[in-house]
Amino acid sequence: MKKLHVNVSVNNNDLEFLCNPEDTLLDVLRNDLNLTGTKEGCSTGDCGACSVILDKKLVCSCLVLAAEVDGSDIDTIEGMAEENKLHVLQEKFLEHAALQCGICTPGILIAAKSLLEKNQNPTEKEVRYWLAGNLCRCTGYDKIIRAVLDAAREMRKDYGPNYS
Amino acid sequence: MVKVKIWGSLKNLADGSDYVSVTGSNFKEVIDNISLKYPGLKPQITRGVSLAVDGKIYKESWFTPINEDSEVVLMPYMQGG
Amino acid sequence: MDQITPKTTKEFKIVGTRPLRPDGIDKVTGKAMYGADLYAPNMLYGCLLRINEPHAFIESIDTSNAEQLSGVKSIVTFKDFIKINPDNKNNQILENCIANEKVLYDGHAVAAVAAVDLSTAKKALKLVKIKYKKLPFVITIEDAMKIGAPVVAIGKKNENIPDGYSDNVIQYCSFGHGNLEEGFKAAHKVIKRTFKTPSVHQGYIEPHACLASMSNDGKADLWCCTQGHFNVRSICSSIFKMDNSQLKVTASEIGGGFGGKTTVFIEPIALALSQKSGHPVKMVMSREDVFKATGPTVSSLVDVEVGMKKTGKITAARAIIRYEGGAFPNETYELGAQSAFAAYDLDAVKTEAFNVLTNRPTQAAYRAPGAPQSIYAVESVIDELCQFFNQDPLYVRILNAAKKGTKSSYGPTFDDIGLKATLEAAKNHPHYTSPLKENQGRGISCGFWFNFGGNTCVSLNINFDGTVGVVEGNPDIGGSRSSISQMAAEELGISLDKVKTVIADTNSLGHNDVTDGSRVTFSVGLATIKAAKAAKKELCKRASKLWGIDEDAVIWKDGYAHPAGANAGNQEPLSLEDIAKVSSQTGGPIAGHYEVNADGAGVSFGVHLVDIETDMETGHSKIIRYTVFQDAGKAIHPSYVEGQMQGGSVQGIGWALNEEYIYSSDGKLQNPGFLDYRIPVASDLPMIDPVILEIPNPGHPYGVRGVGETSIVPPLAAINNAVSRATGIRFTELPLSPPRVLKAILNKQ
Ligand code: FES
Ligand code: FES
Repeated sequence: MKKLHVNVSVNNNDLEFLCNPEDTLLDVLRNDLNLTGTKEGCSTGDCGACSVILDKKLVCSCLVLAAEVDGSDIDTIEGMAEENKLHVLQEKFLEHAALQCGICTPGILIAAKSLLEKNQNPTEKEVRYWLAGNLCRCTGYDKIIRAVLDAAREMRKDYGPNYS
Repeated sequence: MVKVKIWGSLKNLADGSDYVSVTGSNFKEVIDNISLKYPGLKPQITRGVSLAVDGKIYKESWFTPINEDSEVVLMPYMQGG
Repeated sequence: MDQITPKTTKEFKIVGTRPLRPDGIDKVTGKAMYGADLYAPNMLYGCLLRINEPHAFIESIDTSNAEQLSGVKSIVTFKDFIKINPDNKNNQILENCIANEKVLYDGHAVAAVAAVDLSTAKKALKLVKIKYKKLPFVITIEDAMKIGAPVVAIGKKNENIPDGYSDNVIQYCSFGHGNLEEGFKAAHKVIKRTFKTPSVHQGYIEPHACLASMSNDGKADLWCCTQGHFNVRSICSSIFKMDNSQLKVTASEIGGGFGGKTTVFIEPIALALSQKSGHPVKMVMSREDVFKATGPTVSSLVDVEVGMKKTGKITAARAIIRYEGGAFPNETYELGAQSAFAAYDLDAVKTEAFNVLTNRPTQAAYRAPGAPQSIYAVESVIDELCQFFNQDPLYVRILNAAKKGTKSSYGPTFDDIGLKATLEAAKNHPHYTSPLKENQGRGISCGFWFNFGGNTCVSLNINFDGTVGVVEGNPDIGGSRSSISQMAAEELGISLDKVKTVIADTNSLGHNDVTDGSRVTFSVGLATIKAAKAAKKELCKRASKLWGIDEDAVIWKDGYAHPAGANAGNQEPLSLEDIAKVSSQTGGPIAGHYEVNADGAGVSFGVHLVDIETDMETGHSKIIRYTVFQDAGKAIHPSYVEGQMQGGSVQGIGWALNEEYIYSSDGKLQNPGFLDYRIPVASDLPMIDPVILEIPNPGHPYGVRGVGETSIVPPLAAINNAVSRATGIRFTELPLSPPRVLKAILNKQ
């Protein structure tokens, strides 16, 4: 079978890869690009562990065919911290103990980041509904929600009143 | 003699009472002597038992001392999740 | 987030604080390596062929076509394992991983393939030809127990089974004391009900995954996500008849387990595929396989009968418990029988329990295994009696609560336990007296778990620069490396950032039992404190040499060696770092270690309070408020204790409201995916308020009790009671999903 050639930018790095037509973006990220921070919990779009941002949109990478992403920008968990500076969300997740096993954490951080890019001042309810596609079996979500709300608060502070 | 409370479904396999009495001054001696004196209990002991001594559960430590006046309860071998 | 601590507890500096976890950065940046994250050069992908029949006799397996496919490197079936070790004592575990003569449940694996990539492996599976004969099957407890039922496996029956049941009833036990007949006679009201709970899955987000590499000389390396890599080693080395020392198992970071990763499912298969092919083999389960072939809980059918005086005093209590845990024996029924009435001080009590074989996946432990099902039934009947007598449900529980000196329903007499204090904390909490609106109900329930100790080894090494490495052997499932470091720092009197805790592979430390039974903070903590004490002794000895005084004349306090008194001299105290820096010159590196089979874990109780609003038009129940009260003995890292309380509660909430294994009439699992097997999501829930009580466990130097499991126990009955009160209908079957609740509402109207 002939492999397909794909060009993408992942976390601002221009990359190319070859894939089979049936390979998902998740397969390629993990198996070919060594980006194992994006997790696989179900491969059917039901758990959110594989969340990435594809051209500014939050997607389940297990539902995206790798061949389709040619020319796209992709953000994964590996690109969230800048150099050695953690993103506010990452800091707040640590501070609030918003992870236990941590397998859901990359997906939830990516999803939360995409929420805060759209809505700088979400209510608890909005956070809960936005994250409803990301399963966490360890925490009962309480500390996750607190961490996201706190990060939003912090980011509004950082960016000044005009941000919100 | 140490008085050991056994659980309900073992009663008929011993001599019908809630307790068995055996000699022994530690976990292993007590368990071994129960097997010898009450062969009906042997299959369960082979499957695994714990002992509660004065309220504390011991899963298997042979040399846990047991006094004649200790409260000793035979329990199934315990496993968690 | 309240914390209720008696004034008398020991003063701590680091224990009880909330430092950032040491593995945190790796986990928020995607660096942490989980089961599926390791790749090896030249590795193959392994896959299992599963048969979608609940019960079938395997007539033949023909792998010849699959072997011909280019890229296929090895194929194994059960026969290969018999060749390796015909008298393996873990056959039961192996037969669950790969079927022997019979397919015992829908999704039971029969053959495995390793190939250069996953798509080739999957193609090869399609070429394996299996001939089998369908057999009659049983799915439900009721059907399986009846005389004449299809028998799942013969020869598994214990010697003590009462007459009148099919051969699927293989295990039986009973516990209790006192005169039931008199007790029931003394009651003003006796209520008897039958309850049902479905099987539910642990639902960890990380599917089982491993990477195995075994060479022809029988040496092997195995990387896997497990709650106990030493246990994986014991099981696999006996299956392969190899020395423990030749199989090195490394535990990856683990993406949840909750009891479900205490055994093996794919590890022996990957080892066999690797041995046969000479390549490393990676296997990762699909979510469907996780649901179909790894352990859910037992499902249950429980009769409970309780007699009460109008004062609220319980006069007698009895339960008949029937659990089904698939096609192999298990001990969960005993735990259900022992925990059912553990929260009560009763003069007359009896529990009987049966374990029944069915054609369903083999149960695995799930947080407090066996306790949620039986306690759900008991707590529901007690609530109904409270309603009948118009008694306050917390008052009644306080009146009957087990306490120090209570002869427990399972035999031993309780030592210090925190149940009464926990109940009182609930009673005094503002949640309990807050007003309820229309269609809302408030439910409460007690919960109980034993907690265990077990085999534990810890090494604590003092580095030359005064930092400390702690080596332990229990996979960190919810932040335990943090708690262990805290206890080491506390005991040594140094700052936390000087300590790093790592989890060793099976060749680097002695045997450690599985991370289960809420044992890690208790047992590993205990061993860490003892190892630190041993290191302190050596540190004092070095100080005594430096000062030229007697070893006994040196004491350790707050991170420094001090002369014991005026007679010993007035030397300047030496810090751990001072002594470590010259340890090379004073006798060599300094370390402490401790090995133990720990006992005295101390039982733990919890009380949950929940407000529910049920929509009378749709039957949908929404949680309005949830408060968890639990005795932690001593909370080392309160955030992670809260996390255990919250996470366990939400798993219990899922069990109560949504989750269940659904079977079709042909014995097949209908919902093996997160879409149809619905675990709670963020928008289903409110905040879960934890209230930690600290009633020190006399069996631990810092008073720690296990906290991991108790929290899954109370939600089932608490929610059942809340929905029953909100709707005015007594429910006796879980889950309380909208269709079930709506049907009951319509029937009533
Ligand atoms: S792996 Fe993509 S949603 Fe679960
Ligand atoms: S922290 Fe384990 S699944 Fe979320």
